[in-house]
Amino acid sequence: MTTLIRLQHEPFDVAAEAARIARGRTDIGALVTFTGICRADEDGEIITALTLEHYPGMAEAEITRHVEEVCARWPLLGVTVVHRYGRILPGEVIVLVATASSHREAAFAAASFLMDYLKTRAPFWKRVQTRTGTSWVDAKAIDEAAIERWAGKPPEREAAK
Amino acid sequence: MKLLYFAWVRERVGKTEEQIDPPAGIATVSDLMAWLARRDEQYAHAFENANVIRAAIDHRHVRPDAPIAGAGEIAFFPPMTGG
Repeated sequence: MTTLIRLQHEPFDVAAEAARIARGRTDIGALVTFTGICRADEDGEIITALTLEHYPGMAEAEITRHVEEVCARWPLLGVTVVHRYGRILPGEVIVLVATASSHREAAFAAASFLMDYLKTRAPFWKRVQTRTGTSWVDAKAIDEAAIERWAGKPPEREAAK
Repeated sequence: MKLLYFAWVRERVGKTEEQIDPPAGIATVSDLMAWLARRDEQYAHAFENANVIRAAIDHRHVRPDAPIAGAGEIAFFPPMTGG
């Protein structure tokens, strides 16, 4: 089981991060990657840039807690989370979540769980810049609702096949 | 204790962090927000909708009724929009 959690401003190579998880191993049968990308529009308005503010120290701690939780819930062989902060342009990668397991169900579920929690629990705040000014992105009810589906769910280690 | 502010809470308060020494009787996170809101107009504006503001003590999310005794660092921020 290898975990990697990194916060950084700099762009990164998604394919290289994903390849790192499986390199030199033959027990991984499933590798799921989710890549979050900066869109050029928000609610119909054209975005020229995104600025992500974060809480240094807590952001790493909170992501670590959620990675520990997915490792307890599912039989994972590797987890990588890379999240950028600072100014990000449309088309650039914001976040990568990669999860590896022997079978696909655990890898899919863990990646989905991690993204749902990153959206609503990791201390990051998006500010969008448009041609008319800048504004904070409002939290979406749909993101908050998404984590409720994980509530009270027992560990699914037996559902790995 | 040290207070930290993020996103629009930081902008409204007008600072990123400060040291405070709340009076006796300020026992919970929600007491602290009410006390801060009484300081001046900027704080009042920042904490006018205290029910939407989230808090963390020493890097962990807490509810408004969480006790602040023994806290080293308390942060206030809007609902998160990462990912």
